Amino acid sequence: MHVSVFSPASPQATELLWLWNVCMWVCGFILAAVTLPILYIVVRYRRHGENEPPQIAGNKRLEIVWTIIPLALVGFLFVLSIRTARAVDHHVSREPDVVVTGHQWWWEVAYPAANAITANEIHLPVGRDMLIGIEAADVIHDFWVPRLGRKIDAIPGRRNFVWIRAEQPGDYEGACAEYCGAQHAWMRFRVVAQLPAAYDSWLTAQAAAAITPASGDAKLGQTRFGELTCANCHNIRGINKQKQYGPDLTHIASRKMLAAERLENTPGNLKNWLRQPNIIKPNCEMPDLKLSDGDLTVLTALLESLK
Amino acid sequence: MSDVPITPGLLDADFPAPSESRWLEWVATVDHKRIGILYLVTTLFFFCLGGIEALLIRVQLAWPGNSFLSPEMYNQIFTMHGTTMVFLVVVPLLLGLANYLTPLMIGASDMALPRLNAFSFWVFLFGGVLLYFSFVSGHAPSAGWFSYAPLSEKGFSTRYGLDYWALALLGIGVGTIATAINLIVTIVNLRTEGLTIRRLPLFVWMVFVNSFLIIFALPALNASLVMLLIDRQLNAHFFTQLGGGSPILWQHYFWSFGHPEVYIMVLPAFGIISEVIPVFSRKPIFGYGFVAASTVAIALLSIGVWAHHMFAVGLGHAWDYAFGASSLLIAVPTGVKVFNWIATMWGGSIRFTTSMLFAIAFLFTFTIGGLSGVTFATVPIDWQVTDSYYVVAHMHYVLFGGTLFGVMAGIYYWFPKMSGRLLSERWGAVHFWLMFIGFHLTFFIQHFLGLDGMPRRVYTYPDHPGWAMMNLTSTIGAFVIGISVLVLLTNIVVSLRGGEPAGDNPWNAWTLEWATTSPPPEHNFDAVPPVHGPRPLWDLAHPQGERA
Repeated sequence: MHVSVFSPASPQATELLWLWNVCMWVCGFILAAVTLPILYIVVRYRRHGENEPPQIAGNKRLEIVWTIIPLALVGFLFVLSIRTARAVDHHVSREPDVVVTGHQWWWEVAYPAANAITANEIHLPVGRDMLIGIEAADVIHDFWVPRLGRKIDAIPGRRNFVWIRAEQPGDYEGACAEYCGAQHAWMRFRVVAQLPAAYDSWLTAQAAAAITPASGDAKLGQTRFGELTCANCHNIRGINKQKQYGPDLTHIASRKMLAAERLENTPGNLKNWLRQPNIIKPNCEMPDLKLSDGDLTVLTALLESLK
Repeated sequence: MSDVPITPGLLDADFPAPSESRWLEWVATVDHKRIGILYLVTTLFFFCLGGIEALLIRVQLAWPGNSFLSPEMYNQIFTMHGTTMVFLVVVPLLLGLANYLTPLMIGASDMALPRLNAFSFWVFLFGGVLLYFSFVSGHAPSAGWFSYAPLSEKGFSTRYGLDYWALALLGIGVGTIATAINLIVTIVNLRTEGLTIRRLPLFVWMVFVNSFLIIFALPALNASLVMLLIDRQLNAHFFTQLGGGSPILWQHYFWSFGHPEVYIMVLPAFGIISEVIPVFSRKPIFGYGFVAASTVAIALLSIGVWAHHMFAVGLGHAWDYAFGASSLLIAVPTGVKVFNWIATMWGGSIRFTTSMLFAIAFLFTFTIGGLSGVTFATVPIDWQVTDSYYVVAHMHYVLFGGTLFGVMAGIYYWFPKMSGRLLSERWGAVHFWLMFIGFHLTFFIQHFLGLDGMPRRVYTYPDHPGWAMMNLTSTIGAFVIGISVLVLLTNIVVSLRGGEPAGDNPWNAWTLEWATTSPPPEHNFDAVPPVHGPRPLWDLAHPQGERA
């Protein structure tokens, strides 16, 4: 997936790229002012003979010139940085539309108004300014979607905010950008920008409780989900109700990826993940329960039924 | 000192022959030159360790999904790489050079406090050993060289690695502060007659300013390390959000040390460059007063820029603007220095020795690092690129392409003084070009990795377009650097045995250290030449000539 800051997909990221480009012109100018004289010197002033060159110890006018010009340039950049900062961070005027909480090593995604909750996949409607609250449950994390805008830290005991307005439907990958322990590398997520109608129906579906499976492997899986320790950490709204520790599984089958972008969400991968989470994502909090093949089959069936 | 009468009969006394135990001589020494060499040899050793760690990191990242290192091991290795390079290589390497050179450059016979000097070295070495002992204890620290709370707290780092880390840094910090005090006392009190503050060699100038910066910055680290240890060992909560503590407090404390630290790591290198460029251009430094004064400006500003490491914390725009402004300002005195060095070369008669090659490479590379620094000070750009590989590129351009290239220039420049033999220029050229090319191959492309969205401190990464190719390139570059270090080591060993004899002043330089033998006798000078200007040996050679 393309995650470069050079292909912005929001007004915020576009503003940031604009400032970057201006800054590159300034820096390029200074780099040329340093490099070109050096190249000239290397060619022109190579030692010939033993005569000592004229001993020149300074020039006050030159010193003033190369103090004032850089000062003016950084002053210019400072003014632009204020302009861009204000364009990127609007005033926080209301409750956040989405609350994203960093955990070691996954992201909880809550939609307080709709009472929906999911993980590692943030759906946003295109063309609407969305206010996202950023929190952390354990250590410091950082929310970064390069194509959509700025980084913002997720800090325990504190709520930060970021504004995002996705312009085009599509998937935008993000990552945790603050080192947060063993699996920092696989604390990735995606933002799914949808047309408003599709977003609304997605949100309604996510807010609904899970449909209890009537029969078959999924029904058996539901029993085993409670008997094994799965239910101690994971919540399936409508089937069990626990204090949430791991990702909410109510609609896990609707998600594209597993384990914070580690695997594509296919039945095979899901089963494999349940079988050996510590091989796929070493040191993750999901324990290896040494599940039997039978348990693996029925649990996978249960989770696959949770659309 | 000079008016203390010599004990009668001392000069004729029949001293016992030097002890057979040369090891004991080195262990018991309080001679600043030996201590300086102990620093240099020790840091070279740690440099090799830190370098091996860097290569392990690059092997793991050579392609996506590699399983060469487990995540736990990777995190220990990158933590140790950063901690080693900052605390056990760059800072003590510069202190070692300062130790060896400062008394010689000011015409003194030793540091002002020789026993304190020896203490500084041994407590530093103890810290280094303690840090690496953590591997033996079962788990090295793995919270990064910056050890952000609460990840570094007991709840999330349950093993002893972090405790070793804090104790080791505490020891090293004490040694560093003691050396800084020693250098200040030495420079203030032991300058030879005529060597006024306006005639000090610029290396000594920068060491002087740097020592004040150390005294300001290091205690902040030491205090926060003690607080972290209290948190971890006595269940306090300075840096946890529970019970009134704050994880952000650690960041403020750490960076109020950590950013001055960046300049502590670079100012002495500025000093080296300010010695090397004039000598090999055969011209006095251009704008002596501006180069010296800009050092003071950098030091003062560096105390007020720490929160630019925290723009993504969400401190609020007022904080961000204030620290963005101070960080942008620091580019101005730094630029003044670069332009003065260029002006020094302009119109000169340049000898392209290995030392000079490194000095010129420093100018180019450090400028790139400085300019990417300007992009961070432009606050909203920092919001996008901080904590990505762009930062990794930036800080290596400053600390490797800047400081370490400067140190390399210094090693080729002063090795003859320390050993009495010249380093081979042929091997030197091979070393230079391999290191220069390897460096840019490794780190330039990391700017683009960061801009393409790759976060730093990850043990692996998804196979996004271009990431695999860029990482592999970087890994290849790292191995080229590794080879260049082997060439340097070979050069040192070969030249120590059979290098060309250096003589007192092989470069025809003009500061006082070149007025004595190579290596200098234990008391440094039989007679210190008179000082009437910033270039005493030039003045001696040109009695009627221009005195710049």
